[in-house]
Amino acid sequence: MAPLSLGQAGEWMPMTTLDQRPAAFTWTTPKILALTGAWTARGLSTLETSLSLLAASDKGETVVEASGITALDTAGAWSVHSLISRLQADSGQVSLHDLPDRFKNILASVESHFSAPPAAQAISPAPGMLGTLGHAAIAQFSQLFALLSFVGECAVVGVALLRHPTRLRWRPMLFNLRTAGFDALPIVGLLGFLLGVVVAYQGAEQLRRYGANIFIADLVGLSMLREFSPLITAIIVAGRSGSAYAAQIGTMSVTEEIDAMRTLGIPPIEMLVWPKVIALVVAMPLLTVLSDAFGVGGGMIMAQVQLDVGFPEFLERFAKAISITDYVIGIAKAPVFAMVIVVIGCFQGFLTHGGPDSVGVHTTRSVVQSIFLVIVFDALFSVAFSALDL
Amino acid sequence: MRSTSKVHDTRQQADTEVVVDVRGVSTRFGEHVVHSDLSFSVTRAEILALLGGSGSGKSTLLREMILLQRPDSGSIQVLGTDLENITTESALALRQRLGVMFQHGGLFGALTVLENVGLPLREHTQLSSGLIDDLARCKLAMTGLDDTVGAQYPALLSGGMLKRASLARALALDPELLFLDEPTAGLDPESAGAVQDLILGLRKSLRLSIVMITHDLDLVWGAADRAVVLGAGTVQGIGSMPELAQINNPAVRKFFDGQRGKRASTTQQPREHAMAPQAREVTASKPK
Repeated sequence: MAPLSLGQAGEWMPMTTLDQRPAAFTWTTPKILALTGAWTARGLSTLETSLSLLAASDKGETVVEASGITALDTAGAWSVHSLISRLQADSGQVSLHDLPDRFKNILASVESHFSAPPAAQAISPAPGMLGTLGHAAIAQFSQLFALLSFVGECAVVGVALLRHPTRLRWRPMLFNLRTAGFDALPIVGLLGFLLGVVVAYQGAEQLRRYGANIFIADLVGLSMLREFSPLITAIIVAGRSGSAYAAQIGTMSVTEEIDAMRTLGIPPIEMLVWPKVIALVVAMPLLTVLSDAFGVGGGMIMAQVQLDVGFPEFLERFAKAISITDYVIGIAKAPVFAMVIVVIGCFQGFLTHGGPDSVGVHTTRSVVQSIFLVIVFDALFSVAFSALDL
Repeated sequence: MRSTSKVHDTRQQADTEVVVDVRGVSTRFGEHVVHSDLSFSVTRAEILALLGGSGSGKSTLLREMILLQRPDSGSIQVLGTDLENITTESALALRQRLGVMFQHGGLFGALTVLENVGLPLREHTQLSSGLIDDLARCKLAMTGLDDTVGAQYPALLSGGMLKRASLARALALDPELLFLDEPTAGLDPESAGAVQDLILGLRKSLRLSIVMITHDLDLVWGAADRAVVLGAGTVQGIGSMPELAQINNPAVRKFFDGQRGKRASTTQQPREHAMAPQAREVTASKPK
């Protein structure tokens, strides 16, 4: 008798038992199905499809002959069991013969935990374009309201702190002042300088065309002091510190540290948010001043190189063109940006729940949202200042 | 060693097949000596408990046995493979024959429980996605979790369910050797009892060898064939619990003399006598 082999899980050999043949099945007679080889997760892969197509030839008892099975694991036992159940449903009677004793336990174990695959859940139809838009809008609005309530909560705690200033936590505040302020000095100075160079370089070409070389001082001074310095400082701080706030608070809420703080009677906002707000509100204007100085310095160097405007001439024009108002306006924006960054960073941190993924998601959001809001606020400032003729 | 005098020849051979062999292992963290000249072995289908106070180096030893850390000296053989100069390929092959259940689950938060359990199968076999899901459900059922749990994310599970799901994932590739880190820590007595039954059931049905770190004396009395007591960086005592109870070593005594130790030894009938013969039947017929 030369049985026709219907399925061969060839090529792939189990690593541990190289002498074992892969799983296979053959109809030795129309009524007897012989299973041979290693019925394991590794040996089954190519057999799976042909196995699922297998059907009993006709009515009458089918015998599944299992003496040729050399290895059986859960995957194999599952396959054998589901094969038998299927044949049973097809033809009525199926019996398993000669399964080696050592495999009986595992087959019994699988049988007792066999469950028919659950009925595919009805997938609710994907919402249309309008539906998607609506869902997104609702999500955005609910987050906006959550943000507002967080701001309100912070304000309430802030008022309590005003009444009892001794409850302000100095240690975390000073720590934040160092990490968010002092440690950011080099990068803020460098980027301010580069921005000044870029502005002067771009402006130089145009000014030379009109012979208005000296106005480089106006250009660099006004753009850096009023707009670019506060903005670049806010963007750096949002990326450096805003993300750190979100990640820190997010990890703390995942590891139940926030809950622990609450149960110990320490308001998390008082402990985690206000020290950061105060530290950054102090640090941001100072960083902006540094960025102002380096930006104007960079512009001054480019004026010398590109337009032959010497340092004394530049500074003379600068003093005339730039009023103290311009300087103060730039610096006045910084505390507002600082509050935006801290509130968004902490808010996203508190929204975190679940696992490490959530920390990543909310950290990303904190950076994107705080930069977005910083630019929105900057635009509002521009509108307000022009209305006030400043 | 377990008494094998009455056991049949072939059984004895199967029984004494060593699956984990730790020989003269020493580990240091800087000045701090964790292990000095530690030796013991685990045989096929045996449940071995690692006991020892906090800081006795149990977890470090476990990490060394599951290829996460190397000892400073000594050799560890797992399933016949020496871990010292193991190649990347044989380490990968060996890892597929081991199952590890971590103390805090170690389930991936980004995947559902069912996906977590199916992950090793997806990674290391070419089975179809549908079959993998079926198998994952079967493993979850074996650990006593139903379908509704499979669809959830690990962050939503209770401690007991997390342990079971983690165990189900450790079992995904039908390992020959299972490492459990504190399988019952943080569980209520009922769940702890269920985990104990689960461990005994797995050894019986899947012929697993199990190494577990635990502080749960009820579990040790109820499930372990032998226990190794670690202390001061070395093995203080080794043997079945009734045997250990006879040893007059302070490091070992503290597991028996304390109130909890006494209670565990009186309330728990050592189950190995009830379970082991069946386990040996299975072991005996294993082809060599």
